[in-house]
Amino acid sequence: MASAGSHDTYYVPEQTKLPFFASIGLFLTVYGLGNVLNDIKSSESATFSTLVALVGFIILSFILFQWFSTVIRENHAGMNSDQLKRSYVWGMGWFIFSEVMFFAAFFGALFYVRTFAVSWLGGEGDKGVTGDILWPNFEAVWPVIENPNSELFANPHEAMDVKEWTPAFFAKYLPFWNTLILMTSSVTVHFAHTALKAENRKGLIQWLSVTVALGVIFLFLQVFEYYEAYAHYGLTLDSGIYGSTFFLLTGFHGFHVTLGTFMLAVMLARAIKGHFKPDDHFGFEAASWYWHFVDVVWVGLFIFVYLL
Amino acid sequence: MSAAHDDHHHGPAKGFTRWLYTTNHKDIGSMYLWFSFAMFLLGGTFAMVIRAELFQPGLQLVDPNFFNQMTTMHGLIMVFGAVMPAFVGLANWMIPMMIGAPDMALPRMNNWSFWILPFAFAMLSATLFMEAGAPNFGWTFYAPLSTTYAPETVTFFIFAVHIMGASSIMGSINIIATILNMRAPGMTLMKMPLFVWTWLITAYLLIAVMPVLAGVVTMMLFDIHFGTSFFNAAGGGDPVLFQHVFWFFGHPEVYIMILPAFGIVSAIIPTFARKRLFGYDSMVYATASIAFLSFIVWAHHMFTVGMPIAGELFFMYATMLIAVPTGVKVFNWVATMFRGSMTFETPMLFAIAFVVLFTMGGFTGLMLAITPADFQYHDTYFVVAHFHYVLVPGAVFSIMAATYYWLPKWTGHMYDETLGKLHFWLSFIGVNILFFPQHFLGLAGMPRRIPDYALQFADFNWISSIGGFLFGASQLILLVVVIKCVKGGKKATAQVWEGAQGLEWTVDSPAPYHTFATPPDPKLIHAQ
Repeated sequence: MASAGSHDTYYVPEQTKLPFFASIGLFLTVYGLGNVLNDIKSSESATFSTLVALVGFIILSFILFQWFSTVIRENHAGMNSDQLKRSYVWGMGWFIFSEVMFFAAFFGALFYVRTFAVSWLGGEGDKGVTGDILWPNFEAVWPVIENPNSELFANPHEAMDVKEWTPAFFAKYLPFWNTLILMTSSVTVHFAHTALKAENRKGLIQWLSVTVALGVIFLFLQVFEYYEAYAHYGLTLDSGIYGSTFFLLTGFHGFHVTLGTFMLAVMLARAIKGHFKPDDHFGFEAASWYWHFVDVVWVGLFIFVYLL
Repeated sequence: MSAAHDDHHHGPAKGFTRWLYTTNHKDIGSMYLWFSFAMFLLGGTFAMVIRAELFQPGLQLVDPNFFNQMTTMHGLIMVFGAVMPAFVGLANWMIPMMIGAPDMALPRMNNWSFWILPFAFAMLSATLFMEAGAPNFGWTFYAPLSTTYAPETVTFFIFAVHIMGASSIMGSINIIATILNMRAPGMTLMKMPLFVWTWLITAYLLIAVMPVLAGVVTMMLFDIHFGTSFFNAAGGGDPVLFQHVFWFFGHPEVYIMILPAFGIVSAIIPTFARKRLFGYDSMVYATASIAFLSFIVWAHHMFTVGMPIAGELFFMYATMLIAVPTGVKVFNWVATMFRGSMTFETPMLFAIAFVVLFTMGGFTGLMLAITPADFQYHDTYFVVAHFHYVLVPGAVFSIMAATYYWLPKWTGHMYDETLGKLHFWLSFIGVNILFFPQHFLGLAGMPRRIPDYALQFADFNWISSIGGFLFGASQLILLVVVIKCVKGGKKATAQVWEGAQGLEWTVDSPAPYHTFATPPDPKLIHAQ
């Protein structure tokens, strides 16, 4: 069935209930979430809206679980030709490209703000005259600690940037350790892949476990960092543009790490169950690609959000 | 599910759940097309409200806030609900048949891409009935109108954009995977019909920019609900940042709405000129160049916002460059018709009207590209006239041309040519009466997105509205033609059009439920 390069055995599923109900789940999730946000904003009870969003999310998760199970089952049944597998490869590749562009929007916002908006507000450059009129006392420095209007947007006490370029500072600098953790995890997931290709199940499970553990540690440290920011630095979502860019960039990255860790955990469970063959393990490969992708994004974040 | 996979020859499932659960590219294509038509009528109704209000100076029918809701919803529904899904529907129907594939690469995801849309647009349209009213900040939803000053329904707008974006991304991934992976043996890239090529590049653009749109609405969401200050200068952000991110999406988006149209016209003109397409290779390269340029011209929408002079100059020259590959295309279409044995069936009429009227829209685009001139034209009816010329007799006419061209293949019947021609001529006359006077209005200084205007604009507005009603009413003819054609009519042959070339014309009309379960004979695949 899975004969090489054949064009005549492409598997076209006949009918499927999955996507229609996934749409219902997705709709309820976002409709509920929209109501939750509006309820909170107008200080109304959000209980019912939360319930709607939750039901939607449960439906969506359940359907996606079924969906992936179906795909795995079909592959085990030998229904997927090499050509179909290539479709999954293209699919995952372009999906990751779309994620790259999602982050590009936030990086672009960061660059624009740092290069143009803040310095113009500070009265520098081509459009500085606006800043001079609006907030003559605002000084353009990055990170922005003194907001143009600190009554509307309370100033943070401190930013997450590098205070001094000394080994002593970096030894206590969480983002530095998080960088090491994520970069190591990229290597360990590669070792897991090598073990899988060498039919070394034990190695696969061990290296994959290490990777998942590193992902969880990373997330734990990031939660700690957020706690520090809110509790001690006065650095919050509503503390001006530095907090906005900081939390959205690192937050969406953290969300993607969560997703990637979850994917790898699923792959670990599947590896323990005995799934994957040296020549047939695209589920694993896709998850590892995703993992490398979140690592690369982190390197960008480390450089542009923390270091520079 | 597992038992059926060897049997590609049975027909569709029975009952209405066929449409809910289908994985068939033809079913999904039809659903996209019907959905798009429904949205076209809905968005068209909003346009009729706008034109009725503008029929005379003074506030006549609706209050200004509702007028703003109408302009906003008209734009959103037409762009995201009518034009884009129509092209995806055509892609679904035609790409697998054109490249000799059994179906789309990922059929279940294909179904999901479609079924997200009705929910997304139900949510968006439902805002009209909510207490705060529908979004009223224009389809470009500039901050802070869409953040600080927005009605609370903006939240539903944001989530609707999120999920329709997810739908677009999944649809595009599917199209790319299909084209790159599912071509029949012998169907090399440079033998693909141009509709396939233009869609390949369009899908790439979609995957590149829909996430940016998701990013910008996410920043809005956080500004509105979580106190961030991306678009608020008081916190160190910048409302102009919104415009940059939005138009980085928005400009490729306008090419997303026109590149597939180029593909359609490049299929139809050779058929009815009974000649090969002139300059196939250059068409492919021109399409790719336009796609590349679309990423570096976005700020020409923002010349008056206050950019450094270097930015104004760069975006002006980059924008003008687009005229070169577009000119190549127009030249090739005209050269294809030159000394051809032309006949003028309805699809050809729409295609020729496309070439002429789209080119006019292109020329006004060049005028707008000139920065100092744009200072005068910006946010006037001249801009409205410009983009409606490229989108209505451009994108929409191409969709109509495609509908008439492939309708016999889809239904197995010939459509009513008399009604088709009537539809064309009324649309052609209507659309010009509707939009041509708007050029004059804009040049004379009438701003866009206002419910009332100074008296000197009265005559042209009156004429424009008459054209609007004529164009709007004429679209019902299309509905009649399609329903008549689905129900019956003269039997269509497999070839349908004497001069048509391509794999889709080698299968029966109507196309069987499953086509090319085994790949076609490579001898059927010709160079373009």
